Amino acid sequence: MSKGADFLSAYDRVRLARAKGRPTAKSYIHQIFSGFIQLHGDRRFGDDPAVIGGVAVLKHMPVTVIGIERGTDTKSKLAHHFGSPNPEGYRKALRLMKQAEKFKRPVICFVDTAGAYCGIGAEERGQGQAIAENIMEMMGLRTQIISIFIGEGGSGGALALAAADQVWMLENAIYSVISPEGCASILWKDAKQVEAAAENLKLTAEDLLALGVADRIFQEPVPGEKGRREEGLDFEYLCDSIREALWESLSVSRKLDMQTLLELRYERFRRFGKRP
Amino acid sequence: MKLNGIFKKPKNELEHQGRKPKAIGGVKKKPQEKELPGRFQKTPEISEENRQGQEPQKEKPREAVRVCPACKKEIPLSVLSRSYYVCGCGHHFRVGPRTRIRMLADRDSFQELFSQLESENILEFEGYEEKLEQARAASGEKEGVVCGTAEINGKKCALFVMNSFFMMGSMGTVVGEKITRLFEYALEHRLPVVGFTVSGGARMQEGILSLMQMAKTSGAVKRHSQAGLFYLTVLTDPTTGGVTASFAMEGDIIMAEPGATVGFAGARVIEQTIRKKLPEGFQKAEFLLEHGFVDLITPRAYQRRVIALLLAMHSGQMVFASDEVEQRRSYEIDLAREARPERERNGEKEPGNFSCGSDENEDEENRKGMDTNQEEGAVI
Repeated sequence: MSKGADFLSAYDRVRLARAKGRPTAKSYIHQIFSGFIQLHGDRRFGDDPAVIGGVAVLKHMPVTVIGIERGTDTKSKLAHHFGSPNPEGYRKALRLMKQAEKFKRPVICFVDTAGAYCGIGAEERGQGQAIAENIMEMMGLRTQIISIFIGEGGSGGALALAAADQVWMLENAIYSVISPEGCASILWKDAKQVEAAAENLKLTAEDLLALGVADRIFQEPVPGEKGRREEGLDFEYLCDSIREALWESLSVSRKLDMQTLLELRYERFRRFGKRP
Repeated sequence: MKLNGIFKKPKNELEHQGRKPKAIGGVKKKPQEKELPGRFQKTPEISEENRQGQEPQKEKPREAVRVCPACKKEIPLSVLSRSYYVCGCGHHFRVGPRTRIRMLADRDSFQELFSQLESENILEFEGYEEKLEQARAASGEKEGVVCGTAEINGKKCALFVMNSFFMMGSMGTVVGEKITRLFEYALEHRLPVVGFTVSGGARMQEGILSLMQMAKTSGAVKRHSQAGLFYLTVLTDPTTGGVTASFAMEGDIIMAEPGATVGFAGARVIEQTIRKKLPEGFQKAEFLLEHGFVDLITPRAYQRRVIALLLAMHSGQMVFASDEVEQRRSYEIDLAREARPERERNGEKEPGNFSCGSDENEDEENRKGMDTNQEEGAVI
């Protein structure tokens, strides 16, 4: 962590993760990869605008890229359902992952969602089942998976794209079982307790790295913090470092045999709450 | 809870019996039941005195009653405990894991596993220890799931039963660990898994580590599945949140109890989000069946038989005709007809070689549980 960010409380991080003007999945995909071809539809019901995905090239390596896109202005936010996927979004992601498995491409997911879409249609089409299926299939997917949290990681809706070999987080991204607002209102029946809830939930990148939920943190430019930009830490620099990290990590993991890779993935999650 | 027209004539069991005062003990037993002992065990008997229900029992003082949330009738607990905790109108009361295991498993066949595991406040979440203490006291259990092996009509399986009376069955690291271990155990011993789910979701007091249990359990289910082993889930009221979005929906066959609420997002949260009243029957088992997310709805009185038959069919061996298989061409259960237990329609006495609710402790389990406020600790 850089000096400037030390004083930030957990809830400050939540605010930053949701901040207006924060780059969304689309910007990262366009900056990190080349030749992104977007593929649409889950072949079952529809095409969810909250999930974008397709094939792209990472340096020279063909990869499958999936991201949750929340939109940047009011119009695009509406068009992307504010980044809350419906079941068809998760099913599209799974379809693309299966395709990646078939063609031996690594899968890279960008996670940025307040949570899965909450509505009648989503329940009718099996939101819970769609997430469950994604998690279960990802645990056995015979190709590398890296998930990068670029903003908010809301509960099961985020995990459905994050049952991965590696989970990376941007410095100001968060990942939580419930929003601090939800937690405060359920547990303490007091919406004002959000700050305490955010603290208790251990949702910052730093906390998650300590817990082993995240494997790596990327420093990011903070709006208003000039020092970082002068040090060269801008969006392009961030994307360059993500690209290099992806390349490096995938070059190593592609040498592993598939059984070892799956074993490591299983162990990665098996250790949470493991008792003697 | 409304049953939404699934039971076309929601007649009360007690009322019905009142109009049909036939002495149940007087009806002849079927001969084949004598000839084929040890086949499917029959459902337990509701004694005639208890069916009359309205009159308090003779020597005893006025006993504990429960009000059915569906038909608003008062039912003595002693009657409920003999009828699988199902009201005559078809409403299925929530039951604790020990009771459920005894209603399901062959007598004395249940061997508990991993019972020593207990939750700690790993994230030092404010007030969590007190919540755990309360939950332990209210439920008499160490955690929100009971795991073990059991035989169901002679078919051995690994079994987990979640507990709605323990922090609303919320999934923390211990619940995740126990279920994961059960799948690992079942994989090692090549056993099918039968799982009864009931949960408010992930346990927020364990934060992100609860969420990780969804991936952990799903990984274990996947391995078990890849080994060609059978996993049956039974969704009971309510199954929501992180449990729905992981192992509850990962069964090869998904069964649900009538009227059970099953969903991902909570109904209240959806209502607040969309600012609309939700349609009648939303997120009920029947709604899920209609939308293709459960395979079958099985009333509690039939679960043992249907589960035993499913286990037999997935055992990799031939299934030989038993009295059950012969008697019933199909288990396509007509819910309207089945709103009342079979024995009552036939008016015949069936010897139950286990009785349901005779154990003081288990009545206690449900008595306590039904009294506690269950919404506490419900999450996501």
